[in-house]
Amino acid sequence: MTLITRRGLIGGAAASAGVLLSGCDKLAQNEEFRKILFSGEKMNQGLQRALTNRGALAPEFRPDQMSPRFRTNGTRDPNTPDYNGQAAARFANWRLQVQGLVARPLSLSMADIRQLPARTQITRHDCVEGWSAIGKWGGPQLSTVLDAAGLSDRARYIVFTCADLYNGAPYYESIDLVDARHPQTILAWMMNDALLDIGHGAPLRLRVERQLGYKHAKYVMRVDAVASLAGIGRGKGGFWEDTVDYDWYAGI
Amino acid sequence: MVEQSPPAAPGTMIHRHALATRLWHWVTAIAMFIMIGSGIGILKAHPHLYWGRYGANFDSPWLSLSWMPGWVSTGLNILTLPTNYNLALSRRWHLLFALVLAFALLAFMIVSLVNRHFQRQLRVRAGELAPRNVLHDLKEHLAFRFHDPADPSAYNIFQKLSYVGVIFVLIPLLILTGLTMSPALNAAWPWLLDLFGGRQSARSIHFIAAFGITLFIVVHLVLVILAGPINELRSMITGRWRVPGDDS
Repeated sequence: MTLITRRGLIGGAAASAGVLLSGCDKLAQNEEFRKILFSGEKMNQGLQRALTNRGALAPEFRPDQMSPRFRTNGTRDPNTPDYNGQAAARFANWRLQVQGLVARPLSLSMADIRQLPARTQITRHDCVEGWSAIGKWGGPQLSTVLDAAGLSDRARYIVFTCADLYNGAPYYESIDLVDARHPQTILAWMMNDALLDIGHGAPLRLRVERQLGYKHAKYVMRVDAVASLAGIGRGKGGFWEDTVDYDWYAGI
Repeated sequence: MVEQSPPAAPGTMIHRHALATRLWHWVTAIAMFIMIGSGIGILKAHPHLYWGRYGANFDSPWLSLSWMPGWVSTGLNILTLPTNYNLALSRRWHLLFALVLAFALLAFMIVSLVNRHFQRQLRVRAGELAPRNVLHDLKEHLAFRFHDPADPSAYNIFQKLSYVGVIFVLIPLLILTGLTMSPALNAAWPWLLDLFGGRQSARSIHFIAAFGITLFIVVHLVLVILAGPINELRSMITGRWRVPGDDS
Protein backbone atom coordinates (compact mmCIF):
# COMPACT_ATOMS: atom_id res chain seq x y z
CA MET A 1 0.00 0.00 0.00
CA THR A 2 1.61 3.25 -1.08
CA LEU A 3 1.53 6.39 0.99
CA ILE A 4 -0.42 8.29 -1.65
CA THR A 5 -3.27 5.81 -1.43
CA ARG A 6 -3.16 6.10 2.34
CA ARG A 7 -3.33 9.86 2.13
CA GLY A 8 -6.19 9.47 -0.32
CA LEU A 9 -7.96 7.25 2.14
CA ILE A 10 -7.60 9.78 4.95
CA GLY A 11 -8.91 12.55 2.70
CA GLY A 12 -11.65 10.22 1.57
CA ALA A 13 -12.64 9.51 5.17
CA ALA A 14 -12.90 13.24 5.93
CA ALA A 15 -14.90 13.88 2.75
CA SER A 16 -17.22 10.96 3.38
CA ALA A 17 -17.91 12.27 6.90
CA GLY A 18 -19.22 15.48 5.29
CA VAL A 19 -21.27 13.54 2.75
CA LEU A 20 -22.74 11.33 5.50
CA LEU A 21 -23.69 14.33 7.61
CA SER A 22 -25.48 16.08 4.76
CA GLY A 23 -27.13 12.72 4.06
CA CYS A 24 -28.37 12.80 7.66
CA ASP A 25 -29.76 16.29 7.00
CA LYS A 26 -31.75 14.99 4.04
CA LEU A 27 -33.00 12.04 6.06
CA ALA A 28 -34.19 14.39 8.81
CA GLN A 29 -36.32 16.23 6.23
CA ASN A 30 -38.05 13.01 5.21
CA GLU A 31 -41.48 12.78 6.86
CA GLU A 32 -41.25 9.05 7.62
CA PHE A 33 -37.73 9.26 9.00
CA ARG A 34 -38.70 12.24 11.13
CA LYS A 35 -41.27 10.04 12.84
CA ILE A 36 -38.50 7.59 13.77
CA LEU A 37 -36.17 10.38 14.84
CA PHE A 38 -38.87 11.98 16.97
CA SER A 39 -39.85 8.64 18.54
CA GLY A 40 -36.82 8.95 20.81
CA GLU A 41 -38.76 11.42 22.96
CA LYS A 42 -41.48 8.90 23.82
CA MET A 43 -38.86 6.17 24.35
CA ASN A 44 -36.88 8.30 26.80
CA GLN A 45 -40.02 9.42 28.59
CA GLY A 46 -41.31 5.84 28.76
CA LEU A 47 -37.99 4.50 30.03
CA GLN A 48 -37.61 7.24 32.63
CA ARG A 49 -41.17 6.83 33.87
CA ALA A 50 -40.90 3.02 33.90
CA LEU A 51 -37.50 2.74 35.58
CA THR A 52 -37.68 5.54 38.14
CA ASN A 53 -39.89 6.66 40.99
CA ARG A 54 -42.43 9.08 39.51
CA GLY A 55 -42.64 11.00 42.77
CA ALA A 56 -38.88 11.42 43.25
CA LEU A 57 -37.93 14.94 44.32
CA ALA A 58 -35.45 17.04 42.37
CA PRO A 59 -32.28 17.77 44.38
CA GLU A 60 -32.59 20.77 46.69
CA PHE A 61 -29.58 22.86 47.68
CA ARG A 62 -28.28 24.93 50.57
CA PRO A 63 -28.37 28.75 50.37
CA ASP A 64 -24.55 28.83 50.02
CA GLN A 65 -24.80 26.62 46.92
CA MET A 66 -26.92 29.14 44.99
CA SER A 67 -25.72 30.89 41.82
CA PRO A 68 -24.38 34.36 42.65
CA ARG A 69 -26.37 35.72 39.71
CA PHE A 70 -29.29 33.98 38.04
CA ARG A 71 -29.40 34.93 34.38
CA THR A 72 -32.65 35.55 32.51
CA ASN A 73 -33.59 33.94 29.23
CA GLY A 74 -36.45 33.91 26.71
CA THR A 75 -38.73 36.88 27.26
CA ARG A 76 -37.05 39.36 29.63
CA ASP A 77 -40.01 41.73 29.58
CA PRO A 78 -43.34 41.07 27.82
CA ASN A 79 -43.58 44.85 27.17
CA THR A 80 -47.18 44.81 25.94
CA PRO A 81 -49.51 47.71 26.91
CA ASP A 82 -51.57 45.35 29.08
CA TYR A 83 -48.54 43.92 30.84
CA ASN A 84 -46.91 47.31 31.34
CA GLY A 85 -50.13 48.55 32.95
CA GLN A 86 -50.17 45.53 35.27
CA ALA A 87 -46.52 46.05 36.18
CA ALA A 88 -47.17 49.78 36.89
CA ALA A 89 -49.92 48.71 39.32
CA ARG A 90 -47.47 46.22 40.88
CA PHE A 91 -49.70 43.39 39.65
CA ALA A 92 -52.49 44.39 42.06
CA ASN A 93 -55.01 43.72 39.24
CA TRP A 94 -53.40 40.48 37.98
CA ARG A 95 -55.79 37.55 37.84
CA LEU A 96 -54.89 33.90 37.47
CA GLN A 97 -57.73 32.13 35.70
CA VAL A 98 -58.11 28.40 36.40
CA GLN A 99 -60.41 26.90 33.79
CA GLY A 100 -61.20 23.95 31.58
CA LEU A 101 -62.01 20.55 33.01
CA VAL A 102 -62.56 21.76 36.56
CA ALA A 103 -65.66 21.73 38.76
CA ARG A 104 -65.18 25.32 40.01
CA PRO A 105 -63.34 27.70 37.65
CA LEU A 106 -61.26 30.16 39.67
CA SER A 107 -60.09 33.71 39.18
CA LEU A 108 -57.38 34.39 41.74
CA SER A 109 -55.74 37.71 42.55
CA MET A 110 -52.09 37.84 43.58
CA ALA A 111 -53.31 38.52 47.13
CA ASP A 112 -55.34 35.28 46.99
CA ILE A 113 -52.33 33.37 45.70
CA ARG A 114 -50.00 34.79 48.34
CA GLN A 115 -52.38 33.62 51.05
CA LEU A 116 -52.13 29.99 49.93
CA PRO A 117 -49.60 27.82 51.80
CA ALA A 118 -46.28 28.29 49.99
CA ARG A 119 -43.54 25.78 49.32
CA THR A 120 -40.00 27.15 49.27
CA GLN A 121 -37.28 25.25 47.42
CA ILE A 122 -33.71 25.89 46.30
CA THR A 123 -33.40 24.05 43.02
CA ARG A 124 -31.30 23.97 39.89
CA HIS A 125 -32.70 25.41 36.68
CA ASP A 126 -31.36 23.68 33.56
CA CYS A 127 -31.71 25.44 30.24
CA VAL A 128 -32.04 23.31 27.10
CA GLU A 129 -28.98 25.24 25.88
CA GLY A 130 -26.82 23.59 28.53
CA TRP A 131 -26.34 26.10 31.34
CA SER A 132 -27.58 25.69 34.90
CA ALA A 133 -28.36 28.17 37.68
CA ILE A 134 -29.43 27.50 41.25
CA GLY A 135 -32.09 29.74 42.77
CA LYS A 136 -34.70 29.83 45.52
CA TRP A 137 -38.37 29.72 44.59
CA GLY A 138 -41.54 30.07 46.62
CA GLY A 139 -45.26 29.78 45.94
CA PRO A 140 -48.25 27.48 46.26
CA GLN A 141 -48.11 23.96 44.94
CA LEU A 142 -49.98 23.64 41.67
CA SER A 143 -51.91 20.71 43.18
CA THR A 144 -53.33 23.07 45.85
CA VAL A 145 -54.78 25.28 43.12
CA LEU A 146 -56.02 22.32 41.06
CA ASP A 147 -57.69 20.80 44.12
CA ALA A 148 -59.37 24.11 44.96
CA ALA A 149 -60.78 24.16 41.43
CA GLY A 150 -61.82 20.49 41.53
CA LEU A 151 -59.92 18.81 38.71
CA SER A 152 -62.10 16.55 36.56
CA ASP A 153 -61.18 12.89 36.03
CA ARG A 154 -61.10 13.59 32.30
CA ALA A 155 -58.21 16.07 32.61
CA ARG A 156 -54.90 14.71 31.24
CA TYR A 157 -52.81 17.84 30.82
CA ILE A 158 -52.43 21.24 32.42
CA VAL A 159 -51.84 24.10 29.99
CA PHE A 160 -50.26 27.43 31.03
CA THR A 161 -50.97 30.55 28.98
CA CYS A 162 -48.60 33.47 29.43
CA ALA A 163 -48.63 37.23 29.04
CA ASP A 164 -45.59 37.37 26.76
CA LEU A 165 -46.21 37.27 23.03
CA TYR A 166 -44.11 35.62 20.35
CA ASN A 167 -45.12 36.87 16.89
CA GLY A 168 -48.42 37.99 18.35
CA ALA A 169 -49.33 34.69 20.01
CA PRO A 170 -48.97 34.08 23.74
CA TYR A 171 -46.22 31.78 24.98
CA TYR A 172 -47.72 28.60 26.36
CA GLU A 173 -46.58 25.36 27.85
CA SER A 174 -48.13 22.14 29.12
CA ILE A 175 -47.35 19.28 31.48
CA ASP A 176 -49.09 16.04 32.31
CA LEU A 177 -50.61 15.16 35.67
CA VAL A 178 -47.53 13.25 36.87
CA ASP A 179 -45.64 16.54 36.92
CA ALA A 180 -48.67 18.73 37.72
CA ARG A 181 -49.29 16.74 40.92
CA HIS A 182 -45.58 16.57 41.86
CA PRO A 183 -44.89 18.23 45.25
CA GLN A 184 -42.18 20.51 43.81
CA THR A 185 -44.38 21.80 40.98
CA ILE A 186 -45.30 25.25 42.23
CA LEU A 187 -46.62 28.56 40.94
CA ALA A 188 -43.74 30.72 42.15
CA TRP A 189 -44.27 34.36 43.08
CA MET A 190 -41.06 34.59 45.14
CA MET A 191 -37.50 34.25 43.94
CA ASN A 192 -34.38 34.46 46.10
CA ASP A 193 -36.43 35.81 49.06
CA ALA A 194 -37.93 38.70 47.07
CA LEU A 195 -40.97 39.17 44.87
CA LEU A 196 -40.41 37.56 41.49
CA ASP A 197 -38.99 40.19 39.11
CA ILE A 198 -40.05 40.88 35.54
CA GLY A 199 -36.99 39.23 33.98
CA HIS A 200 -37.78 35.96 35.75
CA GLY A 201 -41.54 35.96 35.06
CA ALA A 202 -43.37 38.36 37.42
CA PRO A 203 -45.81 38.07 38.96
CA LEU A 204 -46.22 34.30 38.63
CA ARG A 205 -44.33 31.50 36.94
CA LEU A 206 -44.36 27.74 36.84
CA ARG A 207 -41.59 25.65 38.40
CA VAL A 208 -41.56 22.08 37.13
CA GLU A 209 -38.28 20.98 38.61
CA ARG A 210 -37.67 17.72 36.74
CA GLN A 211 -37.83 19.29 33.30
CA LEU A 212 -35.78 21.78 31.29
CA GLY A 213 -36.21 25.55 31.53
CA TYR A 214 -38.53 26.16 28.57
CA LYS A 215 -41.24 24.17 30.37
CA HIS A 216 -41.20 26.67 33.27
CA ALA A 217 -43.77 29.10 31.83
CA LYS A 218 -43.34 32.72 32.99
CA TYR A 219 -45.98 35.50 33.32
CA VAL A 220 -48.71 32.87 33.84
CA MET A 221 -52.23 34.26 33.31
CA ARG A 222 -54.27 31.13 32.79
CA VAL A 223 -54.22 27.50 33.81
CA ASP A 224 -56.38 25.16 31.73
CA ALA A 225 -57.12 21.54 32.50
CA VAL A 226 -57.60 19.69 29.21
CA ALA A 227 -58.11 16.15 27.96
CA SER A 228 -55.95 16.63 24.86
CA LEU A 229 -53.36 19.06 23.54
CA ALA A 230 -54.85 18.94 20.04
CA GLY A 231 -56.35 22.24 18.98
CA ILE A 232 -54.17 24.29 21.31
CA GLY A 233 -51.60 26.29 19.37
CA ARG A 234 -50.37 23.86 16.73
CA GLY A 235 -51.12 20.94 19.00
CA LYS A 236 -47.66 20.01 20.19
CA GLY A 237 -48.10 21.28 23.73
CA GLY A 238 -45.96 24.40 23.82
CA PHE A 239 -44.60 27.39 21.96
CA TRP A 240 -41.14 25.93 21.26
CA GLU A 241 -42.59 22.50 20.62
CA ASP A 242 -44.88 24.05 17.97
CA THR A 243 -42.35 26.31 16.31
CA VAL A 244 -39.00 24.49 16.36
CA ASP A 245 -39.84 20.89 17.37
CA TYR A 246 -38.43 20.93 20.88
CA ASP A 247 -39.39 17.80 22.80
CA TRP A 248 -42.64 18.13 24.74
CA TYR A 249 -41.12 15.85 27.39
CA ALA A 250 -38.09 17.77 28.58
CA GLY A 251 -36.94 15.52 31.41
CA ILE A 252 -33.68 14.84 29.56
CA MET B 1 -10.50 -21.62 19.28
CA VAL B 2 -7.82 -19.31 17.99
CA GLU B 3 -5.59 -19.11 21.02
CA GLN B 4 -5.66 -22.82 21.72
CA SER B 5 -4.60 -23.92 18.27
CA PRO B 6 -1.09 -23.02 17.09
CA PRO B 7 -0.90 -19.57 15.45
CA ALA B 8 -2.05 -19.60 11.85
CA ALA B 9 0.63 -19.36 9.18
CA PRO B 10 1.11 -16.06 7.35
CA GLY B 11 -1.15 -15.72 4.34
CA THR B 12 -3.88 -18.03 5.61
CA MET B 13 -7.40 -16.82 6.25
CA ILE B 14 -8.74 -17.07 9.77
CA HIS B 15 -12.08 -16.19 11.38
CA ARG B 16 -11.15 -13.18 13.47
CA HIS B 17 -14.26 -11.34 14.70
CA ALA B 18 -17.45 -12.90 16.05
CA LEU B 19 -20.76 -11.77 14.53
CA ALA B 20 -21.70 -9.98 17.77
CA THR B 21 -18.44 -8.04 17.71
CA ARG B 22 -18.90 -7.01 14.07
CA LEU B 23 -22.54 -5.99 14.58
CA TRP B 24 -21.69 -3.96 17.67
CA HIS B 25 -18.73 -2.34 15.95
CA TRP B 26 -20.81 -0.99 13.06
CA VAL B 27 -23.85 -0.04 15.09
CA THR B 28 -21.57 1.86 17.47
CA ALA B 29 -19.58 3.42 14.61
CA ILE B 30 -22.78 4.87 13.10
CA ALA B 31 -24.21 5.89 16.48
CA MET B 32 -20.94 7.49 17.58
CA PHE B 33 -20.67 9.44 14.33
CA ILE B 34 -24.18 10.82 14.93
CA MET B 35 -23.49 11.44 18.63
CA ILE B 36 -20.36 13.47 17.92
CA GLY B 37 -22.04 15.52 15.19
CA SER B 38 -25.21 16.22 17.16
CA GLY B 39 -23.19 16.70 20.36
CA ILE B 40 -21.25 19.52 18.72
CA GLY B 41 -24.58 21.00 17.65
CA ILE B 42 -25.83 20.93 21.25
CA LEU B 43 -22.55 22.33 22.61
CA LYS B 44 -22.88 25.31 20.26
CA ALA B 45 -26.06 26.42 22.06
CA HIS B 46 -23.91 27.31 25.08
CA PRO B 47 -20.26 26.75 24.15
CA HIS B 48 -18.85 27.18 27.67
CA LEU B 49 -17.93 24.46 30.16
CA TYR B 50 -17.94 24.75 33.95
CA TRP B 51 -17.06 22.74 37.04
CA GLY B 52 -19.57 22.24 39.82
CA ARG B 53 -23.33 22.23 40.26
CA TYR B 54 -24.22 25.35 38.31
CA GLY B 55 -22.67 27.37 35.49
CA ALA B 56 -24.08 30.09 33.27
CA ASN B 57 -23.08 33.37 31.68
CA PHE B 58 -22.19 35.16 34.92
CA ASP B 59 -20.01 32.29 36.13
CA SER B 60 -16.45 31.41 35.14
CA PRO B 61 -16.04 28.68 32.51
CA TRP B 62 -12.85 26.58 32.43
CA LEU B 63 -13.22 26.25 28.66
CA SER B 64 -14.99 28.40 26.15
CA LEU B 65 -15.19 27.85 22.40
CA SER B 66 -14.76 31.58 21.89
CA TRP B 67 -11.15 31.18 23.08
CA MET B 68 -10.44 28.72 20.27
CA PRO B 69 -8.64 29.65 17.07
CA GLY B 70 -10.80 29.96 13.96
CA TRP B 71 -9.83 26.60 12.48
CA VAL B 72 -11.30 24.80 15.50
CA SER B 73 -14.75 26.29 14.95
CA THR B 74 -14.46 25.67 11.21
CA GLY B 75 -13.62 22.03 11.94
CA LEU B 76 -16.54 21.78 14.37
CA ASN B 77 -18.88 23.35 11.80
CA ILE B 78 -17.97 20.64 9.28
CA LEU B 79 -18.84 17.90 11.77
CA THR B 80 -22.07 19.41 13.12
CA LEU B 81 -25.37 17.56 12.78
CA PRO B 82 -27.55 19.03 11.41
CA THR B 83 -25.18 21.08 9.30
CA ASN B 84 -27.19 24.26 10.00
CA TYR B 85 -27.50 25.12 13.69
CA ASN B 86 -30.71 23.62 15.02
CA LEU B 87 -30.64 22.74 18.72
CA ALA B 88 -33.98 20.92 18.62
CA LEU B 89 -32.90 18.60 15.80
CA SER B 90 -29.43 18.04 17.29
CA ARG B 91 -31.14 16.96 20.51
CA ARG B 92 -33.53 14.66 18.62
CA TRP B 93 -30.60 12.90 16.93
CA HIS B 94 -28.56 12.81 20.13
CA LEU B 95 -31.23 11.49 22.47
CA LEU B 96 -32.46 8.77 20.08
CA PHE B 97 -29.00 7.49 19.20
CA ALA B 98 -27.95 7.65 22.85
CA LEU B 99 -30.39 4.79 23.36
CA VAL B 100 -28.91 2.88 20.40
CA LEU B 101 -25.37 3.41 21.72
CA ALA B 102 -26.17 2.46 25.31
CA PHE B 103 -28.28 -0.63 24.63
CA ALA B 104 -25.86 -1.84 21.95
CA LEU B 105 -23.02 -1.61 24.48
CA LEU B 106 -25.08 -3.44 27.10
CA ALA B 107 -25.90 -6.26 24.66
CA PHE B 108 -22.29 -6.46 23.44
CA MET B 109 -21.00 -6.67 27.01
CA ILE B 110 -23.35 -9.50 27.90
CA VAL B 111 -22.61 -11.47 24.71
CA SER B 112 -18.86 -10.90 25.00
CA LEU B 113 -18.82 -12.23 28.54
CA VAL B 114 -20.80 -15.28 27.45
CA ASN B 115 -18.76 -16.01 24.31
CA ARG B 116 -15.61 -15.18 26.31
CA HIS B 117 -14.40 -12.53 23.82
CA PHE B 118 -13.48 -10.21 26.72
CA GLN B 119 -11.68 -12.92 28.68
CA ARG B 120 -9.86 -14.32 25.66
CA GLN B 121 -8.91 -11.33 23.55
CA LEU B 122 -9.04 -8.29 25.80
CA ARG B 123 -7.79 -9.51 29.17
CA VAL B 124 -4.54 -7.77 29.98
CA ARG B 125 -2.11 -10.31 31.36
CA ALA B 126 0.32 -9.31 34.10
CA GLY B 127 3.48 -9.56 31.99
CA GLU B 128 2.04 -7.35 29.25
CA LEU B 129 2.20 -4.25 31.40
CA ALA B 130 5.86 -4.77 32.27
CA PRO B 131 7.88 -1.78 31.05
CA ARG B 132 10.00 -4.07 28.86
CA ASN B 133 6.96 -5.39 27.00
CA VAL B 134 5.36 -1.94 26.66
CA LEU B 135 8.60 -0.49 25.33
CA HIS B 136 9.02 -3.40 22.92
CA ASP B 137 5.47 -3.00 21.58
CA LEU B 138 6.02 0.75 21.27
CA LYS B 139 9.18 0.23 19.18
CA GLU B 140 7.36 -2.27 16.98
CA HIS B 141 4.49 0.19 16.55
CA LEU B 142 6.82 2.98 15.53
CA ALA B 143 8.33 0.63 12.96
CA PHE B 144 4.75 -0.02 11.68
CA ARG B 145 4.95 -3.69 12.76
CA PHE B 146 1.63 -4.21 14.49
CA HIS B 147 1.44 -7.99 14.79
CA ASP B 148 3.38 -10.33 16.99
CA PRO B 149 5.08 -12.77 14.55
CA ALA B 150 4.60 -15.56 17.12
CA ASP B 151 0.84 -14.95 17.33
CA PRO B 152 -0.28 -12.41 14.71
CA SER B 153 -3.96 -12.45 15.59
CA ALA B 154 -3.45 -11.55 19.27
CA TYR B 155 -3.96 -7.94 20.29
CA ASN B 156 -0.87 -6.08 21.47
CA ILE B 157 -0.88 -4.15 24.73
CA PHE B 158 -1.79 -0.81 23.10
CA GLN B 159 -4.73 -2.36 21.31
CA LYS B 160 -5.91 -4.06 24.49
CA LEU B 161 -5.60 -0.90 26.57
CA SER B 162 -7.34 1.30 24.02
CA TYR B 163 -10.19 -1.16 23.38
CA VAL B 164 -10.64 -1.77 27.11
CA GLY B 165 -10.49 1.99 27.66
CA VAL B 166 -13.21 2.66 25.09
CA ILE B 167 -15.52 -0.24 26.03
CA PHE B 168 -15.20 -0.08 29.81
CA VAL B 169 -14.25 3.52 30.53
CA LEU B 170 -15.02 6.09 27.82
CA ILE B 171 -18.40 4.92 26.51
CA PRO B 172 -19.76 4.08 30.00
CA LEU B 173 -18.51 7.48 31.16
CA LEU B 174 -20.31 9.17 28.25
CA ILE B 175 -23.52 7.30 29.07
CA LEU B 176 -23.39 8.05 32.81
CA THR B 177 -22.46 11.72 32.44
CA GLY B 178 -25.17 12.02 29.78
CA LEU B 179 -27.73 10.60 32.19
CA THR B 180 -26.47 13.00 34.87
CA MET B 181 -27.51 15.93 32.69
CA SER B 182 -31.15 14.78 32.77
CA PRO B 183 -33.10 16.77 35.38
CA ALA B 184 -35.63 13.94 35.74
CA LEU B 185 -32.90 11.38 36.42
CA ASN B 186 -31.24 13.77 38.88
CA ALA B 187 -34.42 13.46 40.94
CA ALA B 188 -34.59 9.68 40.63
CA TRP B 189 -30.86 8.91 40.93
CA PRO B 190 -29.19 11.78 42.79
CA TRP B 191 -26.08 9.60 43.37
CA LEU B 192 -25.16 10.38 39.76
CA LEU B 193 -24.68 14.03 40.74
CA ASP B 194 -22.56 13.02 43.74
CA LEU B 195 -20.49 10.73 41.52
CA PHE B 196 -19.53 13.49 39.07
CA GLY B 197 -19.65 16.52 41.37
CA GLY B 198 -22.70 18.27 39.94
CA ARG B 199 -24.47 18.68 36.61
CA GLN B 200 -22.02 21.13 35.08
CA SER B 201 -19.08 18.93 36.04
CA ALA B 202 -20.87 16.00 34.41
CA ARG B 203 -21.32 18.13 31.28
CA SER B 204 -17.60 18.94 31.26
CA ILE B 205 -16.61 15.28 31.76
CA HIS B 206 -19.06 14.33 28.98
CA PHE B 207 -17.21 16.70 26.65
CA ILE B 208 -13.76 15.45 27.71
CA ALA B 209 -14.79 11.81 27.20
CA ALA B 210 -16.24 12.70 23.78
CA PHE B 211 -12.93 14.35 22.90
CA GLY B 212 -11.16 11.15 24.04
CA ILE B 213 -13.42 9.03 21.82
CA THR B 214 -12.75 11.35 18.88
CA LEU B 215 -8.99 10.96 19.40
CA PHE B 216 -9.42 7.19 19.58
CA ILE B 217 -11.39 7.19 16.31
CA VAL B 218 -8.71 9.20 14.52
CA VAL B 219 -5.86 6.95 15.74
CA HIS B 220 -7.96 3.83 15.10
CA LEU B 221 -8.67 4.86 11.49
CA VAL B 222 -5.04 5.78 10.83
CA LEU B 223 -3.83 2.44 12.21
CA VAL B 224 -6.42 0.51 10.17
CA ILE B 225 -5.09 2.25 7.09
CA LEU B 226 -1.46 1.54 8.05
CA ALA B 227 -2.18 -2.09 8.94
CA GLY B 228 -3.83 -2.75 5.55
CA PRO B 229 -7.32 -1.31 5.21
CA ILE B 230 -8.78 -3.99 2.93
CA ASN B 231 -7.81 -6.89 5.18
CA GLU B 232 -8.87 -5.05 8.33
CA LEU B 233 -12.19 -3.84 6.89
CA ARG B 234 -12.98 -7.30 5.50
CA SER B 235 -12.36 -8.86 8.91
CA MET B 236 -14.82 -6.45 10.54
CA ILE B 237 -17.46 -7.09 7.85
CA THR B 238 -17.20 -10.81 7.10
CA GLY B 239 -15.03 -11.84 10.02
CA ARG B 240 -12.35 -13.25 7.69
CA TRP B 241 -8.83 -11.92 8.21
CA ARG B 242 -5.67 -12.81 6.32
CA VAL B 243 -2.78 -13.46 8.67
CA PRO B 244 -0.13 -10.91 7.74
CA GLY B 245 3.21 -12.27 6.60
CA ASP B 246 6.71 -10.78 6.61
CA ASP B 247 6.05 -8.79 3.44
CA SER B 248 2.89 -6.98 4.63
